[in-house]
Amino acid sequence: MAIFVNENTKVLVQGLTGGQGRFHGLRNRDYGTQVVAGVTPGKAGQDVEGIPVYDSVEAAVIATGATASFIAVPPKAAPAAILEAARAGISFIVCITEGVPAQDEARVFANLQRDFPKTRLLGPNCPGIISPGKCNIGITAGEIAALPTKNGPNVGIVSRSGTLTYQALYELKQLNIGVSTCVGIGGDPVPGTSFVDCLAEFQADPETHAIIMIGEIGGTAEEEAAEFITNHVTKPMSAYIAGVTAPAGKKMGHAGAIVSGGKGTAQGKMDALRSAGVMIGLNPTEACDLMSQIVAGF
Amino acid sequence: MDLFEYQGKQYFARYDIAVSAGGVALTVDEAVKQAELAKYPVVIKAQVQVGGRGKAGGIKLANNAEEVRTHATNILGMDIKGHVVKRVWVEHASDIAEEYYASFTLDRSAKRHLLMLSAQGGVEIEQVAVTDPTAIIKLYVNPIEGLSLETARRAVVDARISQKAIDGVAAMLVKLYECFTKGDCDLAEINPLILKPNGEVHALDAKVTLDDNAAFRHPEWDEYRATEELDEREKLAREKNLQYIGLDGTVGIIANGAGLAMSTLDVVNQVGGKAANFLDIGGGANAELMTAALEVINSDTKVKSIFINIFGGITRGDEVAKGIVEAMNRVKLRAPIVIRLDGTNAIEGRAIIANAGIDESQLISRSTMLEAARVAVDLAGKN
Repeated sequence: MAIFVNENTKVLVQGLTGGQGRFHGLRNRDYGTQVVAGVTPGKAGQDVEGIPVYDSVEAAVIATGATASFIAVPPKAAPAAILEAARAGISFIVCITEGVPAQDEARVFANLQRDFPKTRLLGPNCPGIISPGKCNIGITAGEIAALPTKNGPNVGIVSRSGTLTYQALYELKQLNIGVSTCVGIGGDPVPGTSFVDCLAEFQADPETHAIIMIGEIGGTAEEEAAEFITNHVTKPMSAYIAGVTAPAGKKMGHAGAIVSGGKGTAQGKMDALRSAGVMIGLNPTEACDLMSQIVAGF
Repeated sequence: MDLFEYQGKQYFARYDIAVSAGGVALTVDEAVKQAELAKYPVVIKAQVQVGGRGKAGGIKLANNAEEVRTHATNILGMDIKGHVVKRVWVEHASDIAEEYYASFTLDRSAKRHLLMLSAQGGVEIEQVAVTDPTAIIKLYVNPIEGLSLETARRAVVDARISQKAIDGVAAMLVKLYECFTKGDCDLAEINPLILKPNGEVHALDAKVTLDDNAAFRHPEWDEYRATEELDEREKLAREKNLQYIGLDGTVGIIANGAGLAMSTLDVVNQVGGKAANFLDIGGGANAELMTAALEVINSDTKVKSIFINIFGGITRGDEVAKGIVEAMNRVKLRAPIVIRLDGTNAIEGRAIIANAGIDESQLISRSTMLEAARVAVDLAGKN
């Protein structure tokens, strides 16, 4: 088991003929992901190293039975690409595009919620998802992820930051701890998938025994996660929150990472998670070391 | 991007939101000219992006040219909480019957637009929220449904705004919502929103934050960009297309990825140091980018050591190492570098650094974030 994606997931890439789409799409295929199609309007009939390209998501779905989409298109085109995938019946969409306006994200989210409640969007502006050994959609370097062990314990990772996700994957590999699935939800103001969504899946996944969460300043997603953990998560957790020293009013790289009006501070988030029973590391290494202690208890 | 009040008012005017007649002035003479155009009495308002202007003496009423001269002379160049006043906004003074508060933001938790409205305007809304929370009404708006005049009207009634202002405020809210959504604002706030004795509703102040991600569809934002208050380091970084924020410590930071850069600041702080900046070099940490990043850090005279924190994912550690060595040959640095290189091909990368022939006191390699931070902080203290 793994969450959201596994070895049977068939993936199409919207923007496969573009620079990013081609680079990462082919890397994902090399990793073993079933990348079955590409979509670029006007390029039907072409192929990218053997992967057939279609004019529309609908045509690609009909021809290949793809159920997941990897969107690597520019910010202007991303909202329409997401909705096109949803309309074509895609159930899991990963959008790595950075720089989508917040108003567009809010509209797309509301649209999906109203018209396509069964479609899950991951991102925009996220590194993607990897279920090690099974499926890798997005920009994660597959080789830094440890495979899950047969009888566990295995760890699920959910993170708002790309590089800190890699950091966690890498550290767990050094510690010989298996990973069930690693989800990067992205650092934008309106992410399609939240911490809570991922925590619920990890809690239900028999292959996941413990969970690492990596948050950052801004918004209230970590506080909401803490409340959910208190009421619904029984699996042990460790966490790290980036941005303890970030000055108020400055966006720290990610569009969503900003402390404003005294809200969204790292301290507040750490306190909330700590009272939900989560072990808090003061840096990513510490959070992974804490996970190593948790795993040793299994 | 935060707008100055006068820019916010100009932006509001694009969406047909009523604001006072007025103009911006950089000099005392210009202020007098604007006052004549706006007609006396006028209000002279310091243009700074910080609250508490009034208390600091940055807002004054003037009845004639002489008074404008006196006040404009005092206000221009005034330091308000560390912000030096470079411009004043001069507008016709309004008669005020009542003051309200209205704002739109995106509520990230609800994933909806949020209207906040209060009959108690003109004061800090945070204070109202503490002393009388029921005085603020909150209305969530579904982004794909938008805000209708009927819904806006109901909100105005709920906020217990005077009968005679209901229609005017409701119409104003619909326009403000239009400005917030079509204008790609993160925040569109009017405080105070005033009712004049003649029954007109009017925005007496404007606080607007624009969503930088939407700049591609707003060519009209270019002029706002030109007045942004960046320090020299930030200007240089923008030219080089780097994500940089100037801070006031002594350890220069370069990291790949926003999360890792933030985390690097935290770790430096944990071991007793202070970061001089936030700098995310992004995914492709090649020689070009690394050179640009080092140039920006090097322009900061407070920097005593430089901590480069790179995690190789798809970016390979050996390529990063080559980039750093090449950059060090191009830029003459004033401070030593401590590098932590981990992830894909880190071992090869560390070997490149060790064999580069650069003096070990100038380029020090450590394998973990914490160790590297300790060395960098130590060096910053010594120099």
